[in-house]
Amino acid sequence: MSVIFLVLPLAIIIVAAAVIAFVWSARSGQLDDLETPAVRMLRDEGR
Amino acid sequence: MSTDALRMATPATGAAAAHTEVLCAHCGLAVPEGLVDSAVERQFCCTGCHTAFSILHEHGLDSYYGFAERREAPVRASGRSYEEFDHPAFAQLYVTRTPAGLARTELYLEGVHCASCVWLVERIPLLQSGVLRAELDVRRSLAVVEWDLDVTPLSAIARALDVLGYPPHPFRGVARADMRKREDRAMLVRIGIAGAIAINVMLLALALYSGELDGMEAQYTTFFRWMSFAVTVPAFVWPGRVFFTGAWASVRTKSLHMDLPIAIALAAGFVRGAINTITGEGPIYFDGLAILIFALLVGRFLQQRGQRMAADAAELLHAIAPDTARVVDATDQIRDIPAAALLPGMTLDIRAGETFAADGVVVRGASSVNAALLTGESRPTSVAEGTMVYAGTLNVSAPLRVRVEEAGETSRIAKLLRQVEESARRRAPIVQLANRMAGIFTAVVLVAAAASFVIKTQLNAPAALDDAIALLIVTCPCALALATPLAITVAVGRAAGNGMLIKGGDALELLSKPGTLVLDKTGTITEGRTALASWVGPEWVKPLVLALEEGSSHPLADGFRRAWPGLDTPVVERSQHVAGGGLEGVINDQVVRIGSPRFAAEGTTRINATVAAALGAVDKTQTPVHVVVNGELVAIAGLGDRIRDDALRSLQQLRDRGWRTVMLSGDASDVVASVGQTLGFAAHDAIGAASPEDKLAFIERCKQQGTVVMVGDGVNDAAAIAAASVGIGVHGGAEACLATADIYLTRPGLGALVELTEGSRRTMTVIRRNIGFSIAYNVIGAGMAVLGMLTPLIAAVLMPASSITVVLGSWYGFTFARRVAGNSAGTAPAALTT
Repeated sequence: MSVIFLVLPLAIIIVAAAVIAFVWSARSGQLDDLETPAVRMLRDEGR
Repeated sequence: MSTDALRMATPATGAAAAHTEVLCAHCGLAVPEGLVDSAVERQFCCTGCHTAFSILHEHGLDSYYGFAERREAPVRASGRSYEEFDHPAFAQLYVTRTPAGLARTELYLEGVHCASCVWLVERIPLLQSGVLRAELDVRRSLAVVEWDLDVTPLSAIARALDVLGYPPHPFRGVARADMRKREDRAMLVRIGIAGAIAINVMLLALALYSGELDGMEAQYTTFFRWMSFAVTVPAFVWPGRVFFTGAWASVRTKSLHMDLPIAIALAAGFVRGAINTITGEGPIYFDGLAILIFALLVGRFLQQRGQRMAADAAELLHAIAPDTARVVDATDQIRDIPAAALLPGMTLDIRAGETFAADGVVVRGASSVNAALLTGESRPTSVAEGTMVYAGTLNVSAPLRVRVEEAGETSRIAKLLRQVEESARRRAPIVQLANRMAGIFTAVVLVAAAASFVIKTQLNAPAALDDAIALLIVTCPCALALATPLAITVAVGRAAGNGMLIKGGDALELLSKPGTLVLDKTGTITEGRTALASWVGPEWVKPLVLALEEGSSHPLADGFRRAWPGLDTPVVERSQHVAGGGLEGVINDQVVRIGSPRFAAEGTTRINATVAAALGAVDKTQTPVHVVVNGELVAIAGLGDRIRDDALRSLQQLRDRGWRTVMLSGDASDVVASVGQTLGFAAHDAIGAASPEDKLAFIERCKQQGTVVMVGDGVNDAAAIAAASVGIGVHGGAEACLATADIYLTRPGLGALVELTEGSRRTMTVIRRNIGFSIAYNVIGAGMAVLGMLTPLIAAVLMPASSITVVLGSWYGFTFARRVAGNSAGTAPAALTT
């Protein structure tokens, strides 16, 4: 069971990485407009 | 690009039009009979659509027509030159430079609806060389454009957008929008972090609780407790900080706010939990606290988003008066200049169908002016030399020369819009019910905790401090903070599904109790467009009338065209438009005169017997049109604005519920009185000839007696709508009116008003029930804490349970019907054009 001393902090580090990724995506504006990209990809062959 | 992608009709209109109607290849609406050209494959309803189609076709963008959902509205290109977009002053205000040396601006586009619009607008780089990027935010109708200044001027891009049916306007709120964007991102980051932390602390807590039940070695327990502590700390220093700053502000301004009890509970729990972690004994509370922060942030986000929508879109106010005007200089040369550069004394040239850019006096020409936008009067008034005309109104029939008297900020419409903005700002936000309760709540909880602590120490009871802290934590008004925003968000969402867009939650609160309901007439109670109401005369006259009226842009002509669609019309040999009177033409060697009784009388030598009988019984609410053929008065038509079908029933229902209904219109008093009688308004509550300023004054007066709801559709109602306790803009209204309204109805008719008041009442019931539940939970929790029965496990179950009850209560509480049958945008494509 003592492996928990290693695994738990590791899990927390992974969560921290996910949180950092989220903060980055929010700050770079990827989550500003959730509507338009959804319709934009419907037909993109013209590009 | 295959032509089979080119659908001739949308399913909705296709079935109905199966017999004879020809549909426009661009917008899918019916093509007027006169424009159908059997020689070509594709038919268009107007030149705008034709141009747009040609451009798309030339550039190989035919797949636009493959979209299942596309604009069902004819292209109304304004045909403006957009010269002012190239002006240095414009560039300074709206254009920024990108690091790559490109120019960048944001444009507000009219007529953006759906997926196909995104696709089309973002193909602008293909249509216009020099444009490198165009991106559309469909919800806000804002396009970001980046272009190379050396290759193309902005005016060319603006024209390209205009031709496709998206007239652009400069977006003035860039700085504010940027600030808002930053706020939104910060909020999102906070919620994300709080959520991640809450979930992880909860997992750790799960291990601890099961350890408590089954037994767990001390070293693991200690480790898990310290881990919980370590993970919770960031939740307090980053996302949770807002509650402490809020509470501090509340203390400093001595106004009790929800943040204060929340901050007390959070602080008490955190300090106690930290101490217990270090000493290794007692509950640590971290799981509950982390969830609390997350849930409260979500609640706050919902609330903020609701309030945001209320403040939105005031920008549109500026889109009413035209941005350019044609000025006639001393040498009779005409040139375009920005409307902002107009000065009193200049002479303007205004063609038929154009909007005046400034207030002024007519110096040459005679025409009729539709001032419905400003005054609400549905019938065009005739103007001649010396008559005053106002910016924002429409020149209907003939070209005019106007000497500018007032321009820009001093024009009547600008003053009116300023009043709109002021009224909107003056309106104090309603203090939310829950916030009012939070004050009392805080005081009670603090007193109870202190009393419990003092009494228990006096009695030498064990764990007096622990119980007092448990009391503080368990009474954290988490559910109370969620109660209102959740119920309102759910209700607003359901209402939107029913065609009622509600911008602020306070409108729901105000609508839940009866008050005074003030309605505009034109466009609100009536359909807002001229229709043929009565016809006395033989059938053979109809084609003659239609033939003459076909080429006219007069609103009355529109009424004839709509009344007799598909009638075969003879060829007009000669026709002449007499301003302020009517039309005269020669058809099959017959001289036909159509127009006002006075105009027609000039050519009348005898009167047909049946018509003579009908002459006396003319309805005063209608505009009479006389038809004279070869000197004989053969027919009389009455054109008027039809009352909406559901108006009487809806008004009656509202009256039954205790609302006082008032009709306030800019239309002539006799018309208003007659409509008022039909619809059962009290005689003194059907007020006509009210200018926008009168309407505003009336609303201000009524407001002293309680809630006033203003329902309207035009710019002439905008100030009144903004000043009213709740402003409602109806389907098809002017954008300025919609921008200031708290609620916008996207479906025609007054039935929505009944639903709105009922739904509001039910929403308030749900809110009260939510608050009741959350307080009940808190009372139970507080009682247990005082008695020392509150174990950490019970606290951990009780706190989320109260929030979940509120969530479920809001979701399943009946406010607005979930969906109404037949309420799809496709049922009324013509109405989308506004």
